[in-house]
Amino acid sequence: MNVPDDLLYAETHEWIRREGDNVRVGITDHAQSELTDVVYVELPKMDRQANSKEAIAVVESVKAASDIYSPVKGTVVEVNKALESDPGLINREPYGEGWIFVLKIDNAHDLEQLKDAAAYRKQIG
Amino acid sequence: MSETAEKTTPLYQEHLRLGAKIIPFGGWLMPVQYTSILEEHQAVRNNVGIFDISHMGQLIVSGPAAAEWLNTMLTNNIDKLEVDQGQYTFLLNERGGIIDDLIVYRIEEQKFLLVVNAAHTAEDIAWLDQHLPAVEAAVSAANQVRIDNRSADFGGVAIQGPRVAELFHALFGNDVDLPPRNHIVDLGFDGTNVSVARTGYTGEDGVEVFLRAQDAAEFWNAALEKGKAFGIKACGLGARDTLRLEVCYPLNGSDLSPERNPIEAGLGLFVDLTKPNFIGREALLKAKENGSPEKLVAFRMQTKGPPPRPHYSVFDNSERIGEVTSGTLSPSLNYGIGMAYVSAPHAKIGTRIDIEIRSQKFPAIIEKKPLYKKS
Repeated sequence: MNVPDDLLYAETHEWIRREGDNVRVGITDHAQSELTDVVYVELPKMDRQANSKEAIAVVESVKAASDIYSPVKGTVVEVNKALESDPGLINREPYGEGWIFVLKIDNAHDLEQLKDAAAYRKQIG
Repeated sequence: MSETAEKTTPLYQEHLRLGAKIIPFGGWLMPVQYTSILEEHQAVRNNVGIFDISHMGQLIVSGPAAAEWLNTMLTNNIDKLEVDQGQYTFLLNERGGIIDDLIVYRIEEQKFLLVVNAAHTAEDIAWLDQHLPAVEAAVSAANQVRIDNRSADFGGVAIQGPRVAELFHALFGNDVDLPPRNHIVDLGFDGTNVSVARTGYTGEDGVEVFLRAQDAAEFWNAALEKGKAFGIKACGLGARDTLRLEVCYPLNGSDLSPERNPIEAGLGLFVDLTKPNFIGREALLKAKENGSPEKLVAFRMQTKGPPPRPHYSVFDNSERIGEVTSGTLSPSLNYGIGMAYVSAPHAKIGTRIDIEIRSQKFPAIIEKKPLYKKS
């Protein structure tokens, strides 16, 4: 399973890419593979405030709906509208075009709570 | 439910070899998908797919009074079956509630094969055993009925899709005929005997093959190999569920339960109320007379919103009128579809309803079953 070294990870299977004051968030290759074919994505509302570990999006596969959590406290500043017409992007390019939202982070220190690639690899076995 | 570890079918190693994602289902470890539910679904709609159905229970009911007795236990009419013919039928409790839905095949004049749901096999047998005619010294052998649970001895493989006939001939020979719809025949396959029924759970033409557990892997692999020419895919429970829901075949435990009778489920066609006596008959007669308060309807979402799921509430404006029992995104229609029990006055085809999903209402419309029809 692909776990890129340059990303951070949440225990709930989101990946986090630091982009200055923002973080881009998606779900990991492992998560998309467990979910199977993604058929619907409920994106968070623009400008909404999110607490760390708050459910702010939903990814639905044929079989089930799964919550996606905000990895840190922040404000939603971008959402991936492309997922509305092509939710399968999450399966095909989980770390690329399948990203879900961008948060402006309140406090960069929050990122220290997240896992690095090695720790996430250990988590998923 | 049993607390012991889940059982594996004779094809379990094949599933692992094919990289299937395995889930527990009805006490068994079963493949939910191999590559993609959507791809597997489309293989069955467009070409051909193969499913492990070894988890299903197989019971043999035989004896001089088998037909007469089964007719008191099952809702459909056994007398209508010629030898080698099968029918869809229900096992009901005294209240008319559904213990299980099954197919019964008459394999000899007084010998029947019952193919029942995996999760309900033990319960079915217990219910049947409990109602066996008492064998008293004074009673002649003519009253005797015997039930054999053959579930552990048999494997099962379903082959479904428009190209099933081509694959059937590649496997069994060009001079061998497919059995007629709902019939079962014994055929030779590589030195062993297999039973081939022209039945399925997908809405496509297809066969269900029952064979000795030890022969299952060889047959499975032969079908996959010969099926390559016809675009075969191994298909898991995920595709099985989307396929059956598109054609509105009920799933026991979701759409059917001991609290629901076949009349409210819209399956009265498989109940012969003209039979003088079967368990649940009185309750069904009453249900028919009084009318069912709720009915199982099929619906289709009107927007490309989230797919409906079991237990979501159904509304007519602000009034809650029922609950979803099965729901998914239909891979063929590319819309959310489902079935729900709704209060009878709202159950008419064409009625606009709302499905509540995460506190938000999404419009749907009640449609005629099946939701998907081959064009």
